[in-house]
Amino acid sequence: MKKKTKVICSLLLAAAVFVLLYIVDINNTGNSMLATVLQLGAIYALVAVSMNLLNGFTGLFSLGQAGFMALGAYTFGILTIPVESRGMVYYLYGINDVLANAALPVPLAMIVAGLVAAFFALLIGAPVLRLKSDYFAIATLGFSEIVRILIGSSPLNTVTNGSLGLKMIPGFSSFFTPFLISGFCILVIVLLLRSSYGRSFKAIREDEIAAEAMGINLSKHKQMAFIISSFFAGIGGALLAMFLGAVTPTTFPVKLTYDILLIVVIGGIGSVTGSVIASFLVVACKEWWFRFLDQSMYIGAFHVPLLKSGFRMVVFSLVLMIVVLFFRRGIMGDREFSWDGIAAFFRRLFRRNRPALSGADLPAGDERNGGDGHE
Amino acid sequence: MSLTAFLQYCLTGISIGGIYALIAIGYTMVYGILRLINFAHGDIFMMAAYFMIFAMTDFFLPWQVSVVIVIVATIVLGVVIEWLAYRPLRSAPRMSIMISAIGVSYLLQNLATYLFSALPKGYPEIPFLKQIIHLGNVSTSLVTFITPILTIGLVAALMFIINHTKVGMAMRAVSRDFETAQLMGIKINRVISFTFVIGCFLAAIGSVLYFTPRATVNPLSGALPGIKCFVAAVFGGIGSIPGAVVGGFLIGISETFIKAFGYSEFSDAFTFVLLILILLIRPSGLFGEKQTEKV
Amino acid sequence: MSKTVLAINDVTMQFGGVVAVNDLSMHIDEGEIVALIGPNGAGKTTAFNVITGVYQPTNGEVILDGKTIAAGHPTGKIKKIYAGGHNGEYTKSVKNTPDKITKLGIARTFQNIRLFKNLTVLENVLIAKHMRMKANLFTDTFMLSHKEEKRMREDSLELLRIVDLYDVRGEIASSLPYGKQRHLEIARALATEPKLLLLDEPAAGMNPQETDELTAFIKRIRDDFKLTVFMIEHHMNLVMDISDRIYVIDFGKQIAEGTPAEIQNDRRVIDAYLGVAEDE
Repeated sequence: MKKKTKVICSLLLAAAVFVLLYIVDINNTGNSMLATVLQLGAIYALVAVSMNLLNGFTGLFSLGQAGFMALGAYTFGILTIPVESRGMVYYLYGINDVLANAALPVPLAMIVAGLVAAFFALLIGAPVLRLKSDYFAIATLGFSEIVRILIGSSPLNTVTNGSLGLKMIPGFSSFFTPFLISGFCILVIVLLLRSSYGRSFKAIREDEIAAEAMGINLSKHKQMAFIISSFFAGIGGALLAMFLGAVTPTTFPVKLTYDILLIVVIGGIGSVTGSVIASFLVVACKEWWFRFLDQSMYIGAFHVPLLKSGFRMVVFSLVLMIVVLFFRRGIMGDREFSWDGIAAFFRRLFRRNRPALSGADLPAGDERNGGDGHE
Repeated sequence: MSLTAFLQYCLTGISIGGIYALIAIGYTMVYGILRLINFAHGDIFMMAAYFMIFAMTDFFLPWQVSVVIVIVATIVLGVVIEWLAYRPLRSAPRMSIMISAIGVSYLLQNLATYLFSALPKGYPEIPFLKQIIHLGNVSTSLVTFITPILTIGLVAALMFIINHTKVGMAMRAVSRDFETAQLMGIKINRVISFTFVIGCFLAAIGSVLYFTPRATVNPLSGALPGIKCFVAAVFGGIGSIPGAVVGGFLIGISETFIKAFGYSEFSDAFTFVLLILILLIRPSGLFGEKQTEKV
Repeated sequence: MSKTVLAINDVTMQFGGVVAVNDLSMHIDEGEIVALIGPNGAGKTTAFNVITGVYQPTNGEVILDGKTIAAGHPTGKIKKIYAGGHNGEYTKSVKNTPDKITKLGIARTFQNIRLFKNLTVLENVLIAKHMRMKANLFTDTFMLSHKEEKRMREDSLELLRIVDLYDVRGEIASSLPYGKQRHLEIARALATEPKLLLLDEPAAGMNPQETDELTAFIKRIRDDFKLTVFMIEHHMNLVMDISDRIYVIDFGKQIAEGTPAEIQNDRRVIDAYLGVAEDE
């Protein structure tokens, strides 16, 4: 496929997505489930991709995502709650004098949110990244819980408002905001993964010892991946804070990390496309399509068994276990969406419909040759 | 702090430490053999509490019978989990089996919420264990008093099994070298199942001892003790049973004293700080062996 | 007399009570192909690991082009049980991680092939070029340094052409036949632009024909890339055919050094390989 064709296809796709979102937006009467699911899906997509950057591409099994999201969300909240409403939010404990008038516009606050998360990643990264796989996982999980506990603890009452949490965080100015921010951040991550640094991350995933022997500074590159991932998790946290309007320490339990991990697993560990698709699917199932499982239902006089509050999550966990056990590659495995892939898919489909004339005209690796992008 | 109060706290700390030790052994044994952090272990411990409610509250069985039922049911649950969720992934990458363990934990929590609702349920009273005894100035319930004794007894029995029986020898062999043990004709799957049997047995007993003084259970009650006990196992050196016991007691005692000094909101954070510190200073733990990768 | 590229002086590597490399001294001159041979477990790979920074020597030093890249002397627990020679002569302690050593100009291959299995042949080579890249994370991500990236690709493709892997550049590394994987590992090492190439049993598992090809290949890259080659090998035909000099070690100690002809007739070498009669 020619580069020009690909660009045109991509532009068309972007336009189609925009039009679809626009249609959803104008039909949104305020509490459309579809609109909610799409927004939340976009936020989860960013966090899932940021987690995939570590778990899928660098081979570092991190379970700290919720902690970094909490850091981002709280930083964002503290900086953007309108100064005049702060007295109301902090009615019980009062607000720290330094913070009382510290306010930033939303875009800046969002970047600061990412930077704060990244800063903490820098702090704990150097020591924690020395640990081997599962120890690293448990250490990041521990970090995430420490963050959550400290945020809710009394000495920080005048900063984080303790267990009451933050309220009146400004929401999205337009329906499109989360899609634009999340889309832009994911694009940056994709560009990073396609750069030489991204390749080095993959090398570390494949074989640390060989990567080091090829001159890749392990600690530096792992640190980079960890900080970048945390930066975007922080931004994801800020987006979630905007979406929810209020956050408390209980918004960011370990379970949130697990939810995101599940998205990554279902989408395919090592596939950005997979994470994005899976975020929308998982959010839609959890918040919308599977909702009916939580209500008891009658078909005629027949009472459908099992359906009651909580069944949705059980079904969801079972789906997850089935994916983990039987479809370990998830939706996308480690493949990515590409126009070449789509084209190849249609070509195959086309060929199948029209039986091959002879064995000779079967593709002799025409997909593979596209591998170095120079054709 | 008066001496009486100090002794009181010591006893409480040792008691909760004993329970942590029992659960930590489950983590350390599974990790020693499968190199898997069994994230579901804390939730198995939580399920054991619900089994007790079932037996005593719903079926009005006497507590002696109920305890036996709880132990059997917990063991069955653990072995079935191993069989369904871990065994098919034996040759899969480490990350997959860890994800599977997280998935099981997620499933058990959601299942418990579905079956028993998210609201706390009353844990049945066992009057025998709740009776108050007096040791000098210190008065305490019997359960607090017998927990450490029971723990030590069980650990001694376990050490005997591991060091002096055939299945124990097989377990040691498997934890040393999975593949070689298999080549020597050890039935790996049977050894692993046995490990889960022991782990779940101890978790069931731990559950009875833990929830008796606490009175309520909810679907998330297992998560935090679970992680704490994992920390205990890491502290002692994962794979080492004496290590897990020492770690369990240490965490139990320090946690109690942190609460005693009025910092209870930080008692959980302390566990995690301890975890990160150990991992940084001595990743192999107190009694663990250092592992190096061969180039 | 050509210049010495790598000098290993009195290196001892001791793990607890086990002395894997004992008081070893070697030097490798520019343009040479030197082989390191010895029975299994003689400490050959350990010697490589000391040179490439995987281990810091317990005692002694490693010098590359006049610069000390690794040095050590017994300290701490090892001090009491130190069993090697030249105790107390070295006082410096120099530790470089493997990536730094690679950057200084020593590249290596591994005894059991360690390719980036799920990446393509081209990506394997590109990764080795990463270290010499000037672009930073930011410029690289936002494609502000696409010229450099392009040059990297061209260089890598050129390299693949030289080593006859150009046709399979888009294949996943693990899908290559065994012999090609060995070639790719060498190509990847070459991409780091080394002065000295360490090959750890490059012919392991190869049939005679593949071994012959490899012999020609090593000679060719030595000339094309103006390399110095230091290799561990068990295939004696290959070793005798290709080496300028040979070091023989056993139980971590050097037992002989010389040209292939000298080594073939060395009594100690024959004893080490075939065993010595007990009644001697």
